[in-house]
Amino acid sequence: MGYGLGLVAAAAVLVGAGWVLPEWALFLAIVSLAKGLVVLGLVVLWRTGLVSFGQGLYYGLGAYTVGLLPQITGITDAVLLVATGTAIAGLVAFALGFLLSRYREIFFAMLCLAFAMILYGILVKTEALGSTDGFHVVAVTYLGYAPAIESANQVLYVFTAIVVVVLAGLVGRYLQSVTGQMTTAIRDNELRVEYLGFSVRRAVHTKFVIAGALAGAGGAIVATAIGHVDPEMVWWITSGEFVFVTILSGSGSVIAPFIGSTVFELLRSFALEYAPNFWQIIVGGSLLAVIMFLPGGLWSLVAKWRASGR
Amino acid sequence: MKSTIATKSRGGRARLLGLAAAATLAATIAPGATAQGSLKVGIVGFYTGAAAGPFGIPARNAAELVIEAMNAGKVPAPYQSAGAGGLQIDAVYIDESGGTAKVVTDYRNAVQRQGVEAFVGYISSGSCLAIAPVAEELATFTILFDCGTPRIFEDASYTYVFRTAATATMDGVGAARYVAAKFPDIKNYQGINQNYAWGQDSWRDFELAMKALLPNAKSEDSLFPKLFAGQYGAEISSLSVKRPNVLHSSLWGGDLESFVLQSSARALNRQTTMILTTGETTMFRLGSKLPDGIILGARGPYGVYARDSELNTWFRNAYQDRFATPPTYPSYQMAQALLGLKIAYDKAATAAGGSKPTSAQAADGLAGAEYEAFGTTVKMALGNGRQAITETAYGLSKFDKETGTATITDIIRFPAECVNPPDGAKSVEWIQGGMQGAKCD
Repeated sequence: MGYGLGLVAAAAVLVGAGWVLPEWALFLAIVSLAKGLVVLGLVVLWRTGLVSFGQGLYYGLGAYTVGLLPQITGITDAVLLVATGTAIAGLVAFALGFLLSRYREIFFAMLCLAFAMILYGILVKTEALGSTDGFHVVAVTYLGYAPAIESANQVLYVFTAIVVVVLAGLVGRYLQSVTGQMTTAIRDNELRVEYLGFSVRRAVHTKFVIAGALAGAGGAIVATAIGHVDPEMVWWITSGEFVFVTILSGSGSVIAPFIGSTVFELLRSFALEYAPNFWQIIVGGSLLAVIMFLPGGLWSLVAKWRASGR
Repeated sequence: MKSTIATKSRGGRARLLGLAAAATLAATIAPGATAQGSLKVGIVGFYTGAAAGPFGIPARNAAELVIEAMNAGKVPAPYQSAGAGGLQIDAVYIDESGGTAKVVTDYRNAVQRQGVEAFVGYISSGSCLAIAPVAEELATFTILFDCGTPRIFEDASYTYVFRTAATATMDGVGAARYVAAKFPDIKNYQGINQNYAWGQDSWRDFELAMKALLPNAKSEDSLFPKLFAGQYGAEISSLSVKRPNVLHSSLWGGDLESFVLQSSARALNRQTTMILTTGETTMFRLGSKLPDGIILGARGPYGVYARDSELNTWFRNAYQDRFATPPTYPSYQMAQALLGLKIAYDKAATAAGGSKPTSAQAADGLAGAEYEAFGTTVKMALGNGRQAITETAYGLSKFDKETGTATITDIIRFPAECVNPPDGAKSVEWIQGGMQGAKCD
């Protein structure tokens, strides 16, 4: 009961912020929230002790779905597009999960990376899809409503906020469930979990599908916001960036990825503005600082503040 | 382009009086108006990463030089009036690295947070394709200065987006015409291009143009090493076996230098005539290490291919004095785009009658214009007056041992209408159809 109320409150706060935020911040918020979904998926995996260096695969699948589906079928409805992108990414994760759920640690990370790079290679060789230049994404509609070009971002922001709250809410629920609670147990001792009567492989497989679907949703929303898709979304640097933000965020809460993602986008945006020639050093240096001084990520600050309040 | 000094001051009565005499004098020659204040212009390019050295930094250097001179009114005639439409250009440098999503986000931030009013930039075709609709949405005057893909104005039409350099179609067609003119008896040709959009498109345009111009020469299977491969041992072995008469390559930057050094070490240049469409960017860096007799391109009549003029002499000397190296084609393309910006705002200032011109007025100012730039004449002829065509030139490398500098011989120039499609035609279809309507006299 309290959980549902919390979600409604979170949605209200997020959507309400859309009326206060300046335009540039609104766009940054859309991208941050959408990328936060990808990071949320990584957090689910990370709690199990797994890191995927190939989330770009699912992120890109979601994005290319939004780019291609309107061209093939004529569908421009954002709800359908994002749902399809999420479903396709989830299905691919499900198929690959049969193989990947057997692996752990570096082998898991590298295999994930390998699959992402296969898709990257295919996209680069596909001249019909614009190769590395990519192609445009058409303007979307919302359940039959086509916003004017000036208010398109406002509407997309509200849509994104709702999607994020719903998905984060579902993931939060899942993490509280018995199989969800199993995540940390698997990380600590797989053998014991098996002796308790749970299938570790199935649990890992499930989490992998969740992470893939979330990445697909994130990619679909980012493609809508940017209005362009290209193979760079699948590249390992994009995947690495998500891992970067995961470390920055910390795995303490389902809210953490969105805070981390927003901080990251703001950091990069202002670093670029004030240091166009060495902004990468500022971004990289901040990660080093977080690893050294906040091993639990930015969320550990919130946790600390909460603990001191009690 | 005439100089305009007439001024509408917001508060400076004394200044207004001081200028009054000059203004009336000038007004009799060229009626017009200039606005006062500054214009915040975003200058975008790769300032970090692999494309910074060959493209981003030369472009940025040119931007610094030309903007400074423009603000001070020191660019030679007909661009001697200060600023753009009287406005002092306030440049904001923005890095293009980091992927399309970041590039679009930065563009929006620049407009909505930093108050940037116009843009000159973008090297990657991917960036240009992604930015054009955003510029249109935000109604912001934007000049693309270097990116090559013809898709931008062939697949869509824009109001606020311009490109003052010709598309990459010109490079492929020009290269093929040079081969057809100088080496009409070749039996076969091959390509080595990076496996991404630029390399694939460059090879496609060259191959199609060769099929139209020299239908009897055979096109061998082209090589596509990956971007930033750096090592070409296997490719060079394969080429040494096949020995194509002509080898086309659009490699650039570090890849290009590596390939030239590795292939000349194995004497590939003596077995095949190489054509390097972006070769001009590295000719001074390689110096004597660049073998003689290689066909070099500069994506237009820029750098060593620039035509003699007062503008060119000023630009070359000022650039050489300041940066201790001659300007290469990205510098010329940037400088050319900044002249486009000036023309747009000079005309727009007249239309705005002294108040600050809008992006729409600037767009009207540049649409369909024809102007003299540092290297050549720029005609905004395609895409509703928004896409430029220029002449192009190719020539053979020749290292001058006496002066110790890289030079060019056997230059052939091709008029703009000879190497660019007519308005409304799609590049690929135009080349496939035998380049109908090309005027090469």
